Amino acid sequence: MNGANGTNGIGGRIRRAFSGRRIVIALPYLFLLAFFLFPFLIVGKISVSEMDAVAVKDLFSVADGSLRMNLKLSNYAFIAEDSLYLQTYLSSLRYAAATTVLCLAIGYPFAYFMARAKSSRQPALLMLVMLPFWTSFLLRVYAWKGLLTEHGLIANLIIGSGLDHGLAFAGLIPAPGKLMNTPFSLVLGMVYTYLPFMILPLYANLAKMDLRLLEAAADLGASPWVAFWKITVPLSKAGIIAGAMLVFIPCVGEFVIPELLGGPETLMIGRVIWDEFFSNNDWPMASTVAVVMILLIIVPLAVFNKYQAEAQEHGR
Amino acid sequence: MKASRFNLWFARAWLAAGYGFLFLPIVALLVYSFNDSPLPNDWRGFTLRWYRALGDDGEIIAGLWLSLKIAFLTACGSVVLGTLAAFVLVKYKRFGGRTLFAGMVSAPLVMPEVVVGLSLLLMLVSAQRVLGFPERGMMTIWFGHLLLGMAYATVVVQSRLQDLHPQLEEAAMDLGARPAQVFWLVTLPMIAQSLAAAWLLTFTISLDDVVLSNFLSGPGSTTMPLVIFSRARLGLNPSVNAVAAITVAVVSVGVLITSYLIARAERQRTLDLAAAARA
Repeated sequence: MNGANGTNGIGGRIRRAFSGRRIVIALPYLFLLAFFLFPFLIVGKISVSEMDAVAVKDLFSVADGSLRMNLKLSNYAFIAEDSLYLQTYLSSLRYAAATTVLCLAIGYPFAYFMARAKSSRQPALLMLVMLPFWTSFLLRVYAWKGLLTEHGLIANLIIGSGLDHGLAFAGLIPAPGKLMNTPFSLVLGMVYTYLPFMILPLYANLAKMDLRLLEAAADLGASPWVAFWKITVPLSKAGIIAGAMLVFIPCVGEFVIPELLGGPETLMIGRVIWDEFFSNNDWPMASTVAVVMILLIIVPLAVFNKYQAEAQEHGR
Repeated sequence: MKASRFNLWFARAWLAAGYGFLFLPIVALLVYSFNDSPLPNDWRGFTLRWYRALGDDGEIIAGLWLSLKIAFLTACGSVVLGTLAAFVLVKYKRFGGRTLFAGMVSAPLVMPEVVVGLSLLLMLVSAQRVLGFPERGMMTIWFGHLLLGMAYATVVVQSRLQDLHPQLEEAAMDLGARPAQVFWLVTLPMIAQSLAAAWLLTFTISLDDVVLSNFLSGPGSTTMPLVIFSRARLGLNPSVNAVAAITVAVVSVGVLITSYLIARAERQRTLDLAAAARA
């Protein structure tokens, strides 16, 4: 970077190359290049490779003195033609979107009330949101299996109150009385798991808000409701976007929750990748499905990174 | 007046319902773990037999031991890498490829684990074909967990580094300390609590991970979450409840003690700073 002043010879150049600053940057950078970026390039490569009996064939091969490139695009064509893949992508996006909306609807008022609670109570309230976060996610999802199974605690509550008829009417469960292994149990599990990811950035944002703005609005005649929609909500936009992305993106590719709570009928793309890889042993197909999924989430991912970077700049 | 009292009760009810939702499954697991029936929906009285059975469960114990080893290594490695990355992001505002770096640090936070696991595994398999190593096993799981842990550690340490007043570091530099000395003698003691928090967080994330571990594990390297997951997939299993109850107890006590210690250290630091300012 500052190779221009190479006046003090090789020794100086080497010393600069190994300066503390360079090393501090290079260590995490090289780790991420090797273990994050490079693997994605490999997935891209394998998605267009042919597979022989045990391993993936090389993209280039030399046969009869000529270089051959074995590019196989049929996986992509297959995904585009097979309506089951398309349906699975769409339903993953739908479930993720529904989860995000529900998390926002529950989490926004929750974070708002947390941020407006007595300041002496806020650390405890915050810790209570973090605590489930620290206890095993796998076990908490598993617990819902017991709660929603036939005659389980929550199942009895829902069925006893007749709510299951509403859920069946909304198409979330196939018939009244059956709660497990339905879109309902899947979305419930995802909302439950990802709710803290929505609450935490919203709380961080809302707790920082300058309350004098609301007083000013009240002095100028705005009702609390109007002030909320015109001041609080727009000011918390960064928190809403950060929270929504933290919920939406991982939900699109979620595997454990659909596997434990979704049953065989709910289509999720994370399970397709898993099955192509572990059951069918079709690495190129698994890679292709993964590449298309990355393309689907690349825009939300860019939005997330942009807001993450902005939060860094305005952090102080 | 009446409206504001209604608002207060509405806020309290919403918070109570929210916390109830978050904690209900945890409480349920605790209760079921003492249930003398293998089915959660009929209560047949108090028992400790699931805990006793756990002591003879070689699969779970071997898995737990492996998971603890990996979690320890992950936490240590993630804190080192995460601190470096946070330092780079906060202190070095301009260098080539900074945007790519920032993107790569935060992407594993949201990237679906299935994709990260698949790509890491395919990379490691390719590396194995060319270099002859690494075998799939504990080390490859560690690589995957490091990637995830580093992202979380960076967020935790970064938010602390941003809140630091640069004056203290500048003063040390004015007094002639070299950059490395400034870091070890001034910066590091001030961010120590966030390092402890990041260590614990990455430890628990590693201890809990299913998807990355499943892609990256080899024969004989089955971590505890993999054992639990394979049993939970088949249906409800009381041994899982007992594991859950123990995990919840250990984690809650650990988190309470640590947050108490962190709060105390924080208070002490504030007092010290105030004393220094008076002097």
